[in-house]
Amino acid sequence: MKLIKAIIKPFKLEEVKDALSEIGVEGMTVSEVKGFGRQKGHTEIYRGSEYTVDFLPKVKLEIAVADDLVTKVVDAIVSAAQTGKIGDGKVFIIPVEEAVRIRTGEKGEIAL
Amino acid sequence: MNTKNASLTRIGAAPWKFLLLAAALLFSYALPVHADDHEEADASSEAAVEEESGPVDDYNELLEAQGEYAPAYDFFTTSMLWTVIAAALVFLMHLGFATLESGLCQQKNVVNVLFKNVFIISIGVVTYAFFGFNTHYPGDFNGWFSWGGMIGDLNADGGNTWGYGGLGLAMTGFGDFIFQAMFAATGATIVSGAVAERVKLGSFMIFAVLFVGFAYPVAGSWHWGGGYLASLDIPFKDFAGSTVVHAFGGFGALACVMVLGPRKGKYTENGIKPIPAHSFPLAAIGVFLLMFGWYGFNGGSVLSAEPGALGLVFTTTTLGACAGALGAIAVSWFMLKKPDLSMALNGLLAGLVGITANADVISVGNALIIGLIAGAIVVVSIIFLDKSKIDDPVGAISVHGVCGIWGTIAVAIFGEGDFSMASQIQGAVLVSAFAFIFSYVVFSILKAVMGVRVSEEEEERGLDISEHGQEAYTN
Repeated sequence: MKLIKAIIKPFKLEEVKDALSEIGVEGMTVSEVKGFGRQKGHTEIYRGSEYTVDFLPKVKLEIAVADDLVTKVVDAIVSAAQTGKIGDGKVFIIPVEEAVRIRTGEKGEIAL
Repeated sequence: MNTKNASLTRIGAAPWKFLLLAAALLFSYALPVHADDHEEADASSEAAVEEESGPVDDYNELLEAQGEYAPAYDFFTTSMLWTVIAAALVFLMHLGFATLESGLCQQKNVVNVLFKNVFIISIGVVTYAFFGFNTHYPGDFNGWFSWGGMIGDLNADGGNTWGYGGLGLAMTGFGDFIFQAMFAATGATIVSGAVAERVKLGSFMIFAVLFVGFAYPVAGSWHWGGGYLASLDIPFKDFAGSTVVHAFGGFGALACVMVLGPRKGKYTENGIKPIPAHSFPLAAIGVFLLMFGWYGFNGGSVLSAEPGALGLVFTTTTLGACAGALGAIAVSWFMLKKPDLSMALNGLLAGLVGITANADVISVGNALIIGLIAGAIVVVSIIFLDKSKIDDPVGAISVHGVCGIWGTIAVAIFGEGDFSMASQIQGAVLVSAFAFIFSYVVFSILKAVMGVRVSEEEEERGLDISEHGQEAYTN
């Protein structure tokens, strides 16, 4: 089992979600985060004084999948979230030691 | 889209309900046909009514008692009605201040800002009843100070008749009181915005009681109370309070900010580090509410329902506000390269403050000029004060202090009537200096005795948690 963490541009969320449901991904967790990579921030101005906003709003998706789905899911995320411009985001794949369904107590891949 | 289909389905599902409604509507249209029958019936029932002595008789008696004064009484009644509505509109400005100030401050200080606003209106009106009104309007006095007592039954001794103030003050004693009471608290609330995010609540509350409860009516007595400024050769003119309310509050704010110091981290070695507003929607709502209330502020200052003056004041007030916004937009866009919403909002208010002294004595064209200049001045003032390390989170000093002076001077430049630049300057300087010195002294004493500023940790955590133990938004 793997946990796929993807940080994407916020307006791409719907597209990525649709692409994932097409390949059979049934659940995900989404959070609003801030961050920057090579994109850097931008300058804002308030009442005559400029300041840099380094942290840009992003969306983080976390999806737990069985090992055989990992490649398909990553490819789907990458192609849906891509714009070709700086700041598109990143995908990380992290091993999952155990997964439990709270309602039933099921463990392992059937809990995903 | 789904709702539309659902409602159509619902009508289709119970067509009898729809038909019943249609029938009721048709029936109601038929009713006026019977009005003619009513008139014929009236004549015969009038005789019956007279015999029984009902409510209609009371009105007839009232009319008979007024006799030839009936039309005058109508004017008095209409004027008093307008006055109390205007008082309610001025009250609404406190809602505007509350939303504007909380919008422009950081999220972690919103509860504190709102609390200060609730306190100020509460203590403002109460002290005005206890002491303010009779100090503000002492009748015959030395022109500078008269210790007033609590208001009594203002309906007594003819206070409930048109004799109370005549044509120029067409209201009852209570109407006069409540209208003026609403003005009083707006002075202190100007200060609350400027000292936001780092002032100690208790110290501010004490200051506010003294500023609104004592200083405001004393300064006001010099002009509206018939004191020194009103008895100059060419009297000082301040229609609705550019000086006695706005400059008073603005320069009081300046003094407090100088004693208090800027917010932590605002002025660094590398320049100004802005602390942006947490909610522009709230700020915009606040400004529009303030403008709405201003119709009571200026409109009510006509002190009667005199149609000519009322129409003029509503028009000049609106034009001043709009020109103020446009002036601020133009100047800030040019100076700052991008259009700044907070400047546009401040500009709208600046135009209103600028017009407040002279709204009843200027032409349409002059209203536009006064507003435009106010909008331009406020932008320059805000930037200048920031560069001078005077930290004013809401721009109160610039909007109310600086533009209040401008509005007062504009009376002599543009006003149609007998006005003197010397008197205007005298009045503006006198009241502003009084407000400044009073506030500086009081706030400095408070600083020495109990401190006026929260600690650095409290300021970082936010006043909501440190002073109130509450959060504005629990999400």
